[in-house]
Amino acid sequence: MSRAGILWLGLPSLALLLLFIAALAVGKFPVAPQDVVLVLWAKLSGASSGLPPAVETVVWQIRLPRIAAALLIGAALAAAGATYQGLFRNPLVSPDILGVAAGAGLGAVLGIFLSRSVIVVQALAFVGGLGAVLTVYLIGAAMRGRDPLLVLVLAGVAMGTLLGSAISLVKVFADPYNQLPAITFWLLGSLTAITLPDLVPILVVIVVGLLPLYLLRWRMNLMTLGDEEARALGVETRTLRAVFIAAATLITSAAVSVSGIIGWIGLIIPHAARLLAGPEFSRLLPAAMLLGAGYLLAVDTLARTMAAIEVPIGILTAFIGAPFFLWLLATARRGWQ
Amino acid sequence: MTLSTDNLGFGYRGKPVGRGVTIEIRAGEVLCLLGPNGGGKTTLMKTLLGLLPPQEGAVRLDGEDIAVWSRKRLARIVGYVPQAHAAFFPFTVIDIVLMGRSAHIGLFAAPSRADGEIARRALATLGIAHLADRVYTEISGGERQLVLIARALAQEPRILVMDEPTASLDFGNQVRVLRQIAALARSGIAVVFSTHDPDHVFLCGDRVALLHGGRMEEIGAPEAVITPASLKRLYGVEVQVVNLPDHDTRTCVPSVEGLRRRSTATWSSGSGRG
Repeated sequence: MSRAGILWLGLPSLALLLLFIAALAVGKFPVAPQDVVLVLWAKLSGASSGLPPAVETVVWQIRLPRIAAALLIGAALAAAGATYQGLFRNPLVSPDILGVAAGAGLGAVLGIFLSRSVIVVQALAFVGGLGAVLTVYLIGAAMRGRDPLLVLVLAGVAMGTLLGSAISLVKVFADPYNQLPAITFWLLGSLTAITLPDLVPILVVIVVGLLPLYLLRWRMNLMTLGDEEARALGVETRTLRAVFIAAATLITSAAVSVSGIIGWIGLIIPHAARLLAGPEFSRLLPAAMLLGAGYLLAVDTLARTMAAIEVPIGILTAFIGAPFFLWLLATARRGWQ
Repeated sequence: MTLSTDNLGFGYRGKPVGRGVTIEIRAGEVLCLLGPNGGGKTTLMKTLLGLLPPQEGAVRLDGEDIAVWSRKRLARIVGYVPQAHAAFFPFTVIDIVLMGRSAHIGLFAAPSRADGEIARRALATLGIAHLADRVYTEISGGERQLVLIARALAQEPRILVMDEPTASLDFGNQVRVLRQIAALARSGIAVVFSTHDPDHVFLCGDRVALLHGGRMEEIGAPEAVITPASLKRLYGVEVQVVNLPDHDTRTCVPSVEGLRRRSTATWSSGSGRG
């Protein structure tokens, strides 16, 4: 591996592995790190770990699903963020730019308001996110002859505000003792109740979304040049843009449908990844996914250990993300101009 | 390969910019577009590149209407050099030049080693091989313009459309870019470029088209087309066109009235430049 490769791929991978073991170890029932390694090794080799069954239960049944969710959702949001930022040629763009979060939020809030099951709430959130972006995209496509990116962004802002108001309206009518806390908690994001079976469908959807990003990773670089330049270089930008938006939206909707709205990851992680791996998308995408997975795992581990009650993840990602973002803004030159 | 238009009307939807443009550009020829701001140069070039649909007439390559061509097919023949700009993300120079290969490689592919060699050769042709691993956003405006020309060369086009390639460059880089244009034409590429400097037309243009208010007023050899009368009509200022027989070119000198603030004795003859 080249020196640069060690920097952007090797170090984050190593950090992620250590973080993974630490996250399995800490919590209300602490497990020694060497015991975590023993438990993992026992599973891999098929031998017995020789540890009490309670330890195995904590590691496999309680912590692992949640850790897997953090890794998957963190990687997904960062990949979507890197895609949106390249597509819109703007480092201030996050996966929410076209109204995914607001659409998913409205879907989930309606589900909670109508007292539906968790699976229905998730499905409504997923459909809401996709529906919001599809509407924005169709509005953008209808207004031809203008800067297509600008139309999309402005339509996305309008859609986000509209859906945000709709969410507020539902909150006004919601039962303040039962539904309102659930709504608030969902809108701030949490990985508390996630089980491995919950993760299977979103894993499938996220992989389906990641596939075109991976296959078209080099073409993504051309999209960052802007519409006319990319077309002059032989790129069918309208088709590719639709594919990238669909893929990133699929990924984001799937992720937020189980986690609730977790802001900032899709905004700041691509920046950090660009500092580490450069803007070339075939390096940026894996780097962003590694960092996103690690960041959400770290934040979620904090969320469940730092206080007696669970701290919503959305609050923590903002508390950590906003100062980091300002630091980047003040110091980073290579990240973007 | 011949690029031609017949009574081309161009502009944006609901906002026509120009019409009645008939031109033909052949291999190895340099055609300059000269005209005041708002004359329609950029819009015409975008239409020639197929980035804007023609409002009347058609753009043809060897007689075939390009409107039905795929972007990939078109990009293998027509290259575009935009004005040097700041990229949004800090790609390295070689990454930028490699992007010129996109019309030659598969949709899911990344550039191969052979593409890398073509890109490095393009950089070497322009004398900027040493910039390959520099960051595009950190080099000077003149270097960026050369990098964008290198990217267009990596595209291996037959026709090159350049939007004010000398604008915002210092004097040395202007001359370097003009030399490159002449060299490209010698290698058989047809070049269309727009400029604000009639001297550049004299230096390396085979023909010049005057664009004014969306109309092509004249097209022909620079010596025949660029005259005090035509420049007055285009720009509304008095200009003299001076022959420089020792240098085998001509230069345009604006009337000094209202400019001179020193006595004429301090000026030597023949060196005035607008």
